[in-house]
Amino acid sequence: MNQALVPRSRSIVRRAMGAHSAVWRVDGVLLVAVMALSVIGTLLVWSSTRTWAAGAPTGMVKKHILNLAIGWVLCGIAMLADQRTLRIYAPAVYGVSLLGLLAVITPLGSTINGSHSWILLGGGFAVQPSELAKPALILMLSALLAEPARGADRPRPLDLLLCAAAAAIAMGLVMLQPDFGTTMVLAVITGASMIFAGLRKRYIAGLAVLAMAGAAAVWLFGLLKPYQIARFTAFINPANDPRGAGYNSTQALIAIGSGELFGKGLFQGGQTTGRFVPEQHTDFIFTVAGEEFGFLGAVTVVALLGVVLVRGLRIARQSDERFGALVVAGIVCWFAFQTLVNVGMTIGIMPITGVPLPFVSYGGTATFANMIAVGLLQAVHIRERPF
Amino acid sequence: MNRVRARLVVLQFLVFLLLAVLALRLWQVQVVRGPQFVAAATETRTRDVIVPAVRGPILDASGRPLVRNRTALVVSVDRAEMERMRDGGVAVLKRLGAVLDRPVKELRERIRPCGPHVTRPCWPGSLYSPIPIDDKVSPRQALQILERQEDFPGVMAEVQAVRDYPLGTGASQTLGYLQPVTEEELKKRSKLKANFSGVDLVGRDGLEYVYDEALRGSPGLRRVQVDRMGKVLGVERQTSPVPGDILITNMDANVQKAVDQALANAMKNAPKADGAAAVVLDVKTGGVIAIGSMPTYDPAVWAGGISEKDYQRLLSEKTGLPLISRATHGQYAPGSTFKVSSVSSMVRDGYPLKGKYDCPGVYDVAGTAFHNFHGIGMGVIDLHTALVKSCDTIFYRASYEMWQRDGGLKPVKHPKEPMTNTAKAFGFGKKTGIDLPGEVPGRIPGRGWKKQMWAATRHLSCTRAKTGYPEVEKKDPGRAAYLKRLANENCLEGFEWKAAEAANLSIGQGDVLVTPLQLAAAYAALVGDGKLRSPRIGKALVRPDGTQVQEIKAPVTGRLPIDKGTRDYIRAALSEVTSDGTAAGAFSGFPMNVVKIGGKTGTAEVYGKEDTSWFASFAPAADPRFVVVVTISQGGQGAMAAAPAAREIYEGIYGIKGPAALPGGKPVERLPKISKDGTVVH
Repeated sequence: MNQALVPRSRSIVRRAMGAHSAVWRVDGVLLVAVMALSVIGTLLVWSSTRTWAAGAPTGMVKKHILNLAIGWVLCGIAMLADQRTLRIYAPAVYGVSLLGLLAVITPLGSTINGSHSWILLGGGFAVQPSELAKPALILMLSALLAEPARGADRPRPLDLLLCAAAAAIAMGLVMLQPDFGTTMVLAVITGASMIFAGLRKRYIAGLAVLAMAGAAAVWLFGLLKPYQIARFTAFINPANDPRGAGYNSTQALIAIGSGELFGKGLFQGGQTTGRFVPEQHTDFIFTVAGEEFGFLGAVTVVALLGVVLVRGLRIARQSDERFGALVVAGIVCWFAFQTLVNVGMTIGIMPITGVPLPFVSYGGTATFANMIAVGLLQAVHIRERPF
Repeated sequence: MNRVRARLVVLQFLVFLLLAVLALRLWQVQVVRGPQFVAAATETRTRDVIVPAVRGPILDASGRPLVRNRTALVVSVDRAEMERMRDGGVAVLKRLGAVLDRPVKELRERIRPCGPHVTRPCWPGSLYSPIPIDDKVSPRQALQILERQEDFPGVMAEVQAVRDYPLGTGASQTLGYLQPVTEEELKKRSKLKANFSGVDLVGRDGLEYVYDEALRGSPGLRRVQVDRMGKVLGVERQTSPVPGDILITNMDANVQKAVDQALANAMKNAPKADGAAAVVLDVKTGGVIAIGSMPTYDPAVWAGGISEKDYQRLLSEKTGLPLISRATHGQYAPGSTFKVSSVSSMVRDGYPLKGKYDCPGVYDVAGTAFHNFHGIGMGVIDLHTALVKSCDTIFYRASYEMWQRDGGLKPVKHPKEPMTNTAKAFGFGKKTGIDLPGEVPGRIPGRGWKKQMWAATRHLSCTRAKTGYPEVEKKDPGRAAYLKRLANENCLEGFEWKAAEAANLSIGQGDVLVTPLQLAAAYAALVGDGKLRSPRIGKALVRPDGTQVQEIKAPVTGRLPIDKGTRDYIRAALSEVTSDGTAAGAFSGFPMNVVKIGGKTGTAEVYGKEDTSWFASFAPAADPRFVVVVTISQGGQGAMAAAPAAREIYEGIYGIKGPAALPGGKPVERLPKISKDGTVVH
């Protein structure tokens, strides 16, 4: 270990635990909500994976808990980060994340579930750089947009161009994997960052037109894989192909619907036990909540996510620094979009897209990214001037 | 920063909107439509496994099995599941073929539905039930399939009960067979549908058909939880199947064996014989002790799906249609065995029972000479001798006289027709109503019948009278000319009941047709209490736990139109047939001191064929308990083919040459005791 780092790390601990430490100024409500989501997520992961291997019903949930533990540590570290430091290091973070995305498309990358998004680390662990690209891009864009145009609360055109370029590179690399869901998340993050940086309304309108044109181009020029088209048509009418593309959404609806008001109880969900819903511990984790905890449980999960979002918005509003506010707004949009898409697809109001449910889905890198984001929210909150 | 904050407010609104939309949609999915998804979940998560009821066995009167169940490992294929696979299940069938050591082509053929252009092997049953494709699977093969269920989706291997026939080819037409139920049958029989499991079989012939509902029982249902791969996770709910009733019959396995042996020997000894039947009735109860028909087949060919070759063999004229029971479906002219009816009609019409009648060698009926057998006259004899020696001319004369009294060709308004009406009173010309399907009624001709026939065939006859028979003319001009004459006659006067026809009827010739079963039932009434009974093979239906459900009695369907004196007189006469009469040769050396046999031979002429050989008999002659009727189609004279076969049957019943099938010469009267576990207590 580097000799120079030892005293410094000691000082971090001392600072962190000190009487005036920022630790005591964290947003408690946000903390409790994320903790509650982590606990619920752990139970749901347990329920959905305990039938996997006879004799090892807790294998996956143990890994999930380990991931969460690492995530909380990362959250703590992110929490202590100073905004100016973050701003300075943002391009580096962004660069590292691009390297990660590049590594995936080299022979280092691996394909899991049809998506070439992984770097296997051995020992059953794998990293998904596209997840880390989400907070990295937020930092990068916020850093670029932190300095407004002179005399106005608007982004500078050059910054906008740089933003577009940074986003395009990240999105392009993710698109290559291909990971449509993450690309969409990155697009939303980019749009949100620009909008909150004060983009003129006509540009917002232009952005919307551009998004629609892009969607049309994707559709018309066949940039989508056949399975993705099938997912969209299945979303329009799941009964068309209940055993194929519509299978997931049909089974998800059945699982959630059959939970009724109070649910069947933890581990009591027949659809979950029978593993009728594919990818149930990751993208379709919400169906476990729906079936086993019922409407009350599902609404609780949505509400807790809502608490995270609303607390995030509160932090953003209270932030007196442009950079911090932009970071928080980007994170809120990211989480909101993933909540909408993930929960929406399980209840039949969104097409099937591979995005995890924040804090609840199984998935190491996603958990790390989410927890880092929470850390960033707290970091911004801690450094806000008390009113 | 104000612009940022302002836009954050918009975002806040959007977030609340998002939360509200998700919550509302969740409410709609989980609470409003919840029950609907609960139903859908139950449907996807559970499989209803029908547990077929064990079909009741069929036992003989002493509890020996005639049809029983053996357990077999059966592999079946779910067609619907196969069709859902992308390749139509070919890959699965290939793997299955490798395990079962059978070509894939055969497996594919066996699961295709039968149709007008699809010959066996094919599946005749419901397309929604698993199709058994092999019932002789080794436990090793079954394990291979069960342990790798992921390789064999839609394939099941399970222990099932398979019908087993200890008698082999014996009484196979009577016992019947099972086949998968067809969609049409399910639609037609609503009761069947309620009780039908979809995997078991339905009785298609014989007792299996008639007592199908009782034998079947009702299937159980096991609702199991399955996972996405169809692996069973647990049992959610279970109702046990109710096994079918045990059918105890009046039959005796040993007598049946004797009957089958006797018929087989008779067929062998009569080289032209193309069919044979025998019926053994209990005179006192109307129960059927044995019923045999040749040619026969082994019903085991039906088990596990019949092959095309076996199926064609069963339906082929060449093999003599072994599916058809000659005892109930065979109609033959009865020949002299019919004379018991003729004597009765004479007595009814006022001819003195103990009178003397001239038996010339030839009798002239309206210009046609009617001969005795070999044209030999017997002088003036009584009816007793007429029966023993089988004189024909006495009956020609009586019938001709009766015909004349009815007005001859110009009948009186209400002709008495004693010959026709007495025959009908003996049960001829209508079904006996036995508990077997598809029985034929036979035919008793008379004035009314002629009119009906004429109305039905007149058009054809008149056409033929003009056109003749060019297709016959090439081969046999003489016959063609005769047929044309006949057609002309039928066209013009087909309605007339001719004197010759009346004369023929009196000796069981001409248009008269009876089934061996009808003749047996008539003789049972004659030598018994004079009551005509509808014979019954079934004796009782017993619950598998031994509690009795239902006794089956042969219902009385009529009364012979003659008094006890006349019946005793006829019986006494027939009692001498085996010692001094036409069957004396066939029964020479038979120990009449052990049991005296009475009977009547019959030799019915059939155009272009050998005679039908008949022997209708009873024993013991003094107080008859059994009636045995034997028919050998194209067997020749009654005394030569049928009587020796009947003798063999009696030898079996009474144990003349070996152990007695029915010791003491009595049918088993008490029902066998069934213990609680369904086995027979000996």
